[in-house]
Amino acid sequence: MTDFWILLTGSLVAACCSILGCFLVLRRMSLIGDAISHSVLPGIVIAFMVSGSRDSIVMLLGASVLGLVTVFLIQLFQQSGVQADASIGVVFTALFAAGVVLVSLNLRNVDLDLDCVLYGEIAHVHWNTWTLHGADMGPKAVWMLGFTLLVIVLVIGLFFKQFKLCAFDPMLAAAVGIPVALFHYLLMGLVSMATVSSFESVGAILVVGMLIIPASAAYLLTDRLGRMILISVAIGIASTVLGYFAAVVLDASIAGCMVCAAALLFVLAFVFSPTHGLLARRLWRRLHSRSV
Amino acid sequence: MLESFWAMVTDPNAQWILLGCMLLGLCSGVIGCFAYLRKQSLMGDTLAHAALPGICIAFMLTGTKSIGLFLLGAGAAGLLATFGIGLITRYSRIKTDAAMGIVLSSFFGLGIVLLTKIQHSDYGNQSGLDKFLFGQAASMIGSDVNAMLIVSLVIIAACTLLFKEFKLLAFDPGFARGLGFPVAFLDQLLMFFIVVAVVAGIQAVGVVLVAALLITPAVSARYWTDRLGTMVVLAGVFGLLSGAVGTWLSSTTASLPTGPVSVLAQTLLFGVSLLFGPRRGLLAKRLSHTRARRTLIHEQTMQLNVSGKEERPL
Repeated sequence: MTDFWILLTGSLVAACCSILGCFLVLRRMSLIGDAISHSVLPGIVIAFMVSGSRDSIVMLLGASVLGLVTVFLIQLFQQSGVQADASIGVVFTALFAAGVVLVSLNLRNVDLDLDCVLYGEIAHVHWNTWTLHGADMGPKAVWMLGFTLLVIVLVIGLFFKQFKLCAFDPMLAAAVGIPVALFHYLLMGLVSMATVSSFESVGAILVVGMLIIPASAAYLLTDRLGRMILISVAIGIASTVLGYFAAVVLDASIAGCMVCAAALLFVLAFVFSPTHGLLARRLWRRLHSRSV
Repeated sequence: MLESFWAMVTDPNAQWILLGCMLLGLCSGVIGCFAYLRKQSLMGDTLAHAALPGICIAFMLTGTKSIGLFLLGAGAAGLLATFGIGLITRYSRIKTDAAMGIVLSSFFGLGIVLLTKIQHSDYGNQSGLDKFLFGQAASMIGSDVNAMLIVSLVIIAACTLLFKEFKLLAFDPGFARGLGFPVAFLDQLLMFFIVVAVVAGIQAVGVVLVAALLITPAVSARYWTDRLGTMVVLAGVFGLLSGAVGTWLSSTTASLPTGPVSVLAQTLLFGVSLLFGPRRGLLAKRLSHTRARRTLIHEQTMQLNVSGKEERPL
């Protein structure tokens, strides 16, 4: 049963992140995803101090607001003349530092420690269960991630056309009357939500890996957005399963192994992709040069 | 407050930490300026994350914790990471930002795997290796500070001697190539110094936050000046100051980590620069905006008075 819960949690994280990752990769905002995943930390700590629990909806929303603040600040600094990547760097390091200081100051009364921030505690996921009217309903993390996935699928599903146009051609989207800024912040809000709900079980770094790596691999395998999302989710879940069993064999961090598995799958896609892979390109070039 | 500062300065143990943090802030501020102008700010972040598996492998191979070996491992890993980013962006349609994200997170994932591997097996003195994640300036000892002194001396000397070359590289690499400078070599050299600064910083502030030491002072200094020389000096001073403030504040309260506090001090300096910087700061911009508007209105009324009412409607 333990295996099942860990795999389910990992798969839910992978699904949430790899759907959103596709849009981040297409809009060239991967590093903003990275920044958000670091800077929700103070939000998580503050919400935890206020509400006293690690997994409430209040905390999910409260910490997600900080993700939006991050995006807003990055844009503010960019408009005032700071280079894009430098403004990302300034904002996320500042917020992450604030989070680390808050965690260390409250080390005694908070069972939220720094290791959990980086590695996550996916191995302990099945201990923290949710009981409703005395019945055991399964791990809390699974419920929270399930809720997040539902919201993501609903929002992306309802506004798929708008998100698609914003991802590929924001100018055209603005010209046909789609509120581009609104959808930008909606996407960023979803990324923050996914980050916050994944944070506790898998840690900050796996979230970044799961956002960017499966989506990039899928980007090499197809030219259609719908298919890209499906492939990305499949790669995410595959790397969860692979990573978990690798971690069991190697006796190492589960979250770390999952990212490594995703990286391995990316390398495979990079080399062997039928349309955009290294081999396919070389083959095509050779055939082409021979025919010339 | 002054008493606690005095107590820190006279405490021989704290002196090392203070000196180390100040040197660190100084040298990463200086090299960070060039990275910022070269538009490679987040490269420092990527290199810092990538350094983790290098450090772990260096430890696994030798079983000792020496800063020189870690430098070697981290440098090799950093080189591999930049190579990987170049490979991905050159041979596929993935853009630089996604490539950086991929390399950063997969190297870090590997680092975490190796780290847990080390913790679970019985290497003798493995304790303290995980301190590299968040840094522990308080554990700095004389030999670490000596290493840091050498590193910062080398970096500052190199930046002084190669100032002209780096300046040209930062602003107009094409022109530099035209003049016959070895641009690729200089670029690699700059990258190498960034790696060195990052590895020296990891011990004090940790893998995640070391990027702030490179980026934030440079960005803050940019608000005050348009001259590279002044900017480099200012960024160094900002780094130095925030290192000192961070050490001081964390010495007053137990359980307050030095690295993150220094980063917060730097952010405070950034906020001050953002508001009060001459010409570029928010306040100065607002002021010049109002002044321009007032001049415009003034001129318009003057014109109206001279030209009469009907002749030139505005």
